[in-house]
Amino acid sequence: MGSVGKLKWVLLATFLFLYTPIAVLIVMSFNSSKIPFKWQGFSTKWYGELFNNELVLQGLRNTLVVGISVTVLSTVLGVLLAIGITRYAKSSLLEAIALAPAIVPDLALAIGLLALFTAISMPLGLTTVILSHTIFCMAFVAAVVRSRLLQMDPSLEEAAYDLGDSMRGIFFRITVPNLMPAIVAGALLSFTLSIDEFVITFFTNGPTTPTLPMVIYSMVRFGVTPEINALASLVLLASLIIVVISLRRVKVSETL
Amino acid sequence: MANQLSTGGRDALKRHAHLARAVFLYPAMTYVFLLMVLPISIISLYSFFQRGRYGGIEYVFNLENYVRALDSLYIEILRNSILISLTVTLLALVIGFPVAYAITKLDPKYQNLALILVVLPFWTNFLIRTYAWIVLLNSEGILNQSLLGIGLIDSPLSLLYSPYAVIIGLLYAYVPLMILPLYSALVKIDPSLQEAAINLGASRFETLRQITFPLALPGALVGCIFVFVPSIGNFIIPELLGGGKTVMVGNLIRDQFLKARDWPFGSVLAVFMVFLLVLLFFIQARVNRRITGELPNG
Repeated sequence: MGSVGKLKWVLLATFLFLYTPIAVLIVMSFNSSKIPFKWQGFSTKWYGELFNNELVLQGLRNTLVVGISVTVLSTVLGVLLAIGITRYAKSSLLEAIALAPAIVPDLALAIGLLALFTAISMPLGLTTVILSHTIFCMAFVAAVVRSRLLQMDPSLEEAAYDLGDSMRGIFFRITVPNLMPAIVAGALLSFTLSIDEFVITFFTNGPTTPTLPMVIYSMVRFGVTPEINALASLVLLASLIIVVISLRRVKVSETL
Repeated sequence: MANQLSTGGRDALKRHAHLARAVFLYPAMTYVFLLMVLPISIISLYSFFQRGRYGGIEYVFNLENYVRALDSLYIEILRNSILISLTVTLLALVIGFPVAYAITKLDPKYQNLALILVVLPFWTNFLIRTYAWIVLLNSEGILNQSLLGIGLIDSPLSLLYSPYAVIIGLLYAYVPLMILPLYSALVKIDPSLQEAAINLGASRFETLRQITFPLALPGALVGCIFVFVPSIGNFIIPELLGGGKTVMVGNLIRDQFLKARDWPFGSVLAVFMVFLLVLLFFIQARVNRRITGELPNG
């Protein structure tokens, strides 16, 4: 049918729009020219330079420390929250509040957190960044786990209880294994969200512990260099791989 | 027998609900209250206080910050932000609807894959996606060079550092957030409704207008909120792609906190954004209720 054919073109054009900038960036990272957007010839030298850039390496270390801590914290809290709001919260308002950090404007949340840490005189650094990332990452984990939980057959847990299993046994032998695909997907998504997060980090981090996005931001602001192309390509590929692994485990329409 | 057993299990599980609530609900909800509800409450409170002489906060209640927000300078920035964000939202809707519709018409096997391709860029580093457009739109960049090469233009277009670059950047960043809820709404529409309309003699366009659009409206509204609200609050895209010439509410808030050190006024603007989000979702919920209420079996 004609209209179905036309729709395929719409789809194709959209994918072109979505992936051209990414593709151009990756191609340009192999450009030997000093001008980051003028093609001269193939080279991998900018990747080499990256590994000699102390600031980049420091940013990478900080980002990994934050990313791993946030993933652990937000996965545990997110799973608890998902079970809590799905089964034990009686009000839909509580449910809305629990998932709100995922959609509240990041800038408002960022300055709110800055105001909070300042009010309690907590020094800004990686700890405040970890605490801040966890609040919105756990909401994403909770959303993904919750939709899996809603599909789970409750009689499984009830039967286990009848057969004499303890509450803790049911949780670890029935509930967690059943939710596992969603838990893994949620954990991977929160890792990606954390390593790529900029706005909240910008407001809740101190000056001595820059994360990778902060390093990239200052590099872009001080002038566009081919080194950024190489760094950006690597970070982009890392996220792409993690997200593909994660999204294959759940239905995409359940992640929002 | 099995039925009886599970009823027993269900009752027993209910008896443990007290303990379960303490384990599952309280720790996580405490975290949500301390790190989201409390911060938002603090800035709501700050918005009624005065700026201290050296950038701190003086705890004197007043409405001056709100009055100041109505100053023509800020109204102009607000108007500009709303205009840009509305343009982005409309473009996202115009692109997003056919895309979401096209995905629902794909073989179910490929639908999740197509959705993954749509949302994949969204999950990658936001700064880098914005930076990629600097590489693309630059006067010496690939777009200008190709246009010059095929002779479509004589001199490079100054695409970068203009409101258009800001609109493209925002659209690129947030169009997946339009497609996803639209898809979720469209995929739920019972195909027999559309078939029935066609069998009753409605044209394809008429079917779209009478059946598909109204049923997709709640999803479209969620998409519009997901695109509009972060667009207004974005300060990176106006800075990097607009070259600082396009000032949006997000830039204003950032500057009040980091440059002017006027936290109370910055708080007013941030509270406005949160309020806008809540208001828009409230409207969406009402529309949703009306639509599902109007249709039998909705």
